[in-house]
Amino acid sequence: MINTVVEQFPALIVTTGVFSAFTILILGLLSRKICYYIVLIVTAFHFILSIFTLQHVLTKGRIHYWFGGWRPPWGIEYVVDELNAYSLIVILFLGLLGIIFAKRSVEKEIEERKLPTFYTVMQLLISGCCGVVVTGDVFNLFVLAEVASLSTYALIAIAGGKALRASYNYLILGSIAICFYLLGIGFLYAVTGTLNMIDMRIILQNLYENKMVHVGFVLVLVGLGIKAAVFPLHTWQPDAYTYAPSAVTLIMSTVVAKTFVYALIRLIFSVFTVNFLELYINAWNLVPWLMGVAIIVASILAYRQNNIKRMLAYSSIVNVAYIVLGISFFNSQWSLSGALVNILNHAVAKGCAFAAVGAIVYKTGIKDVGALAGLANKMPYTSGALLISMLTLIGIPPSAGFVTKFYLAIGCLEMQNYLMLAIILLGTLLTLAYFLRVIEQLYFREGNSTQKEEVPFSMLAPTMFLAILCLAIGIFWLTGIPLEFLKKSITSMGVIFR
Amino acid sequence: MNVKRDIIVDTTSKKMMPIILAFGLYTMIGSKGAGGGFQGGCIIAAAFILHSLIFGFIEGRKKIPESWNTFFKSFGLHLYCGCGLLSIIASNFVAEFLNYSAFWPIANLVGTHEARAMQVELIIEVGIGITVFAAFVSMFYDLAWKDDDELEDEVIK
Repeated sequence: MINTVVEQFPALIVTTGVFSAFTILILGLLSRKICYYIVLIVTAFHFILSIFTLQHVLTKGRIHYWFGGWRPPWGIEYVVDELNAYSLIVILFLGLLGIIFAKRSVEKEIEERKLPTFYTVMQLLISGCCGVVVTGDVFNLFVLAEVASLSTYALIAIAGGKALRASYNYLILGSIAICFYLLGIGFLYAVTGTLNMIDMRIILQNLYENKMVHVGFVLVLVGLGIKAAVFPLHTWQPDAYTYAPSAVTLIMSTVVAKTFVYALIRLIFSVFTVNFLELYINAWNLVPWLMGVAIIVASILAYRQNNIKRMLAYSSIVNVAYIVLGISFFNSQWSLSGALVNILNHAVAKGCAFAAVGAIVYKTGIKDVGALAGLANKMPYTSGALLISMLTLIGIPPSAGFVTKFYLAIGCLEMQNYLMLAIILLGTLLTLAYFLRVIEQLYFREGNSTQKEEVPFSMLAPTMFLAILCLAIGIFWLTGIPLEFLKKSITSMGVIFR
Repeated sequence: MNVKRDIIVDTTSKKMMPIILAFGLYTMIGSKGAGGGFQGGCIIAAAFILHSLIFGFIEGRKKIPESWNTFFKSFGLHLYCGCGLLSIIASNFVAEFLNYSAFWPIANLVGTHEARAMQVELIIEVGIGITVFAAFVSMFYDLAWKDDDELEDEVIK
């Protein structure tokens, strides 16, 4: 039984999301215009619910929700703690802004008859991602990850043309990834006999030496690694981001990417725990080095791109590498904080960048960096937003990106890993190098037209709002107020510092 | 192209279809207890697919147009999900999603266990069945449907 209404909210967000998605499908038969407004209202409503959830978690402790009243480990349980509630807010907030942005952009890029289906799938995607974030059951996580992934495949392919190949590529790799994950939890289920995360964590404590557990861990890691586009497993990602419609790229790079990064963190720390990692610390120590390689290689690849969306896609790989680097130094609180902070920071900065690029594509059709010359005169607000988001991704203080790199740098110092510190600084320089090409084209080259042409307000408003947030969030982290919250989140992950 | 209609195939399929439909319905809600929604939906879809195979796709599409198919797909899910949401609303936000035993007023009249059984049999299974049926039929048409120029050779007049 439920004590307060707020405890219903995590489950309500997921279930009403799916319910409204299929309502859109029916109402789309009657009127195509109404679909957009339903998605908008429902997502805004869910965002408000997620704020109440966070407030409840912070004041009254974590939420345990038993589906259908069945006790775990038999029934499905939704568990919401600080980390969940934080990720839920990030996902719904960016999803809401993405949907506001989508209206005009999608009207131009997609045929009108496909709109009801588009918004249905979009709503399913956001509900699926919310479900992955709030669930406390590994099999339920698989199901909801499939809901989110299948929606993503459809959303990428909806524009047709080259997007079809990118979508097919992602479909194959994504299916392999989810098979790995399923096989992994199959192995874990074979040894533990439970699918509930908390229960599995307790039972696994005595089984760390078991070979089945090792295989399960590696399979889960690889499966979620492909989904989250962690470096050597990222090959589907640049194509998918480049050829998808602008609004879809915006939502994928923020909502979907962050969901699977969250899932990775949750599985590693809440199911397997730090003790397991410490037992095999020599093997685990390869991860930060791999991420170091990822930062350098993906940055160089980003430098070589001409297509601006592709460049931003490689920049996403770098940022996921920062997050994984952060969680790989699990003994340092600063490092883990850097990873958690980057979930929000990167979502906001990359959301802003993709929104600005989407706006540029909407107005001018420019996709290459070389063609951007003099655009700052033509579209001053959009260019300004793009500039701020790029400065954030580089990490200029006091922007949000600076906080990430600052925390990670302190983490590296704490772990006395000075070479990794050098790699982070080198990564920052390389980021500066490839974004400077864009900034130079925008601001220091003469264009042929100086007439001002801005995108519609519904596209400009989310872009500008995200640009302001890039700075505001950076200052907010730097004030030190959220440090207590970050510490609580890390504790809720199951990491305890000595 | 004119194809001669085969009386054996025609008659057999006509006689079989009601039986298949009845069996599907029995699988879905006839048996006591949970389960059978998916299988029942499949069997009912099989009856419609048989109809389309024997009498042609155009005839089959006339029976269930694309828009109705979309409606059924959503409607089954609405039954399932709506039943879950109703148990939250009917219990005044005390019971969990899909906690049928708290389903007012049925739970008060027939007892919680009976109420649970009734929800599963009559609403949840039917919801699953309808969605599965619609999904199978639309999948079949997506694979079998051809464009107008290809269709002329296929139509049985």
